[in-house]
Amino acid sequence: MLLREIAHSRTGDKGNRSTLSVIAYDMKDFAQIERCVTAERVKAHYQDMVHGPVERYVVPHLGALNFVLHDALGGGVTRSLALDAHGKCLSSAILSIDIGPREAA
Amino acid sequence: MANQSKKIVRIGAGAGYSGDRIAPAVELAEKGQLDYLVFECLAERTIALAQLERSKNPSLGFDPLLQDRMRAVLPLCVAQHIKIITNMGAANPQAAAQAVLAVARELGLSQLKVAMVQGDDVLPQLAGHDFALMEHEATLSSLGDRVISANAYLGAEPLVRALEMGADVVITGRVADPALFLAPLVHEFGWSFEDWQRMGQGIVIGHLLECAAQITGGYFADPGYRDVPDLARLGFPLAEVSADGSAVITKVEGSGGCVTTATCTEQLLYEIENPSQYLQPDVVADFSKVTLTQVGPDRVQVQGATGQPKPDALKVTVGYRDGFIGEGQISYAGPGAKARGQLALDVLRHRLNAAGMGSFESRYELLGVNAIHGDTLSQGPAPYEVRVRVAMRVPTRQLAEQVANEVEALYLNGPAGGGGATKSVREVIAAASILMPRDCVQTSVSILEM
Repeated sequence: MLLREIAHSRTGDKGNRSTLSVIAYDMKDFAQIERCVTAERVKAHYQDMVHGPVERYVVPHLGALNFVLHDALGGGVTRSLALDAHGKCLSSAILSIDIGPREAA
Repeated sequence: MANQSKKIVRIGAGAGYSGDRIAPAVELAEKGQLDYLVFECLAERTIALAQLERSKNPSLGFDPLLQDRMRAVLPLCVAQHIKIITNMGAANPQAAAQAVLAVARELGLSQLKVAMVQGDDVLPQLAGHDFALMEHEATLSSLGDRVISANAYLGAEPLVRALEMGADVVITGRVADPALFLAPLVHEFGWSFEDWQRMGQGIVIGHLLECAAQITGGYFADPGYRDVPDLARLGFPLAEVSADGSAVITKVEGSGGCVTTATCTEQLLYEIENPSQYLQPDVVADFSKVTLTQVGPDRVQVQGATGQPKPDALKVTVGYRDGFIGEGQISYAGPGAKARGQLALDVLRHRLNAAGMGSFESRYELLGVNAIHGDTLSQGPAPYEVRVRVAMRVPTRQLAEQVANEVEALYLNGPAGGGGATKSVREVIAAASILMPRDCVQTSVSILEM
């Protein structure tokens, strides 16, 4: 199953860092999301774009993970050569990771 | 004050960025029964660009849509006593305030008090000091004479002063975005600036509203997964705020879009790093215990934000010239499109390297194939059409033109069937941040009347 089936996501920019949320549609799926979508997994998924470390913050009562992707925006929105200088499209890419069969009943 | 505890303040968001749509702001002013309408229009480098405009024409340097927005909402706001707060002053709050008065006269309004908040421009204070650049291993002095602007993120305090002086319209330059919304709450409810819990709650309300439609279903729709009703007529949000700082986020009846716990959670975390430490000039806000509850259709209650004492220093955005970017694009379609696009990139790389430009930072990519997320994530069948894109950061305009021209020259000198070449050359105005002690920043408020 792709993460897209049980979560949604939004990206923002802060200097040369991208912020990325991953939010469960249903609280019942959050445990699986929290276990599968680790900082290491996110870093590996974005290996072509994210050149620095990835930090993860957990907000359990909102069913949300919040990631900070360092050195992710080609120097920052104001000077990046990228077509998507803000990294707006990064949110859609995280939803394509495979997190195995759905665990929640 | 017994009636204070039941009082509700209604604040609407009329813009989430400089180029935002105007019709939803008008709808909000018409039907939102608002007390305040806030327009947040300053991105990171907007002031630097505005400063360049101002240096060419001293009566410019404020938001280019200021007059259009005011023409659209001023009559409605004046008739209903809705106060307007905006950072559309950009690099020239004084000229912006005068422009608002000119619009008021043109509309035949009889009176209007416009306040301008100044003091965010700290360029003069940089002289004789050096500051570390955040996120860089360098100091401000390394930017030399390339610095264009330096603006501190002000807090809500000078805006509250402006409201106390009876302003109908408050025009600012750089102010922390959520502070534009915190100010009317402090003014209406008499909150103490040391009440960190209420400061935190005011900041979360501002943070949720500041991107306007991003909380009412904009930047959210994904057909089949997150369907947003009537996206074409997306409404802008408003908050109904109580004296204790709790609030309901909603939108006017009949507008498109939706306000749900999902749209609110996305916006709550938007551009936040550590949710328990959101640094603001007025407070270090803590969103980690915020609860979002659906209390009705398109109505979400927000409570539970707290805060810690405000930081000692203010963040300052420094705008500086950072060379040029030259870019060219050209399309290939039909059988073998991807192979011809790849051949075009190889040829361009060879030609630009031969011209001595191989050491500049660059991107060579195929739109529709790997331009957004690189090769690892971009697997799939060959597309019907591709678009070649080359972009390079170079020190001069002439070199940038050379990059763009090399792409265009593929018409006659590249693979078969290239079409639709475009080229662009732009000067890069970049932004960096420094921290400045609070006592270096002096704010002032003045009122202009008709």
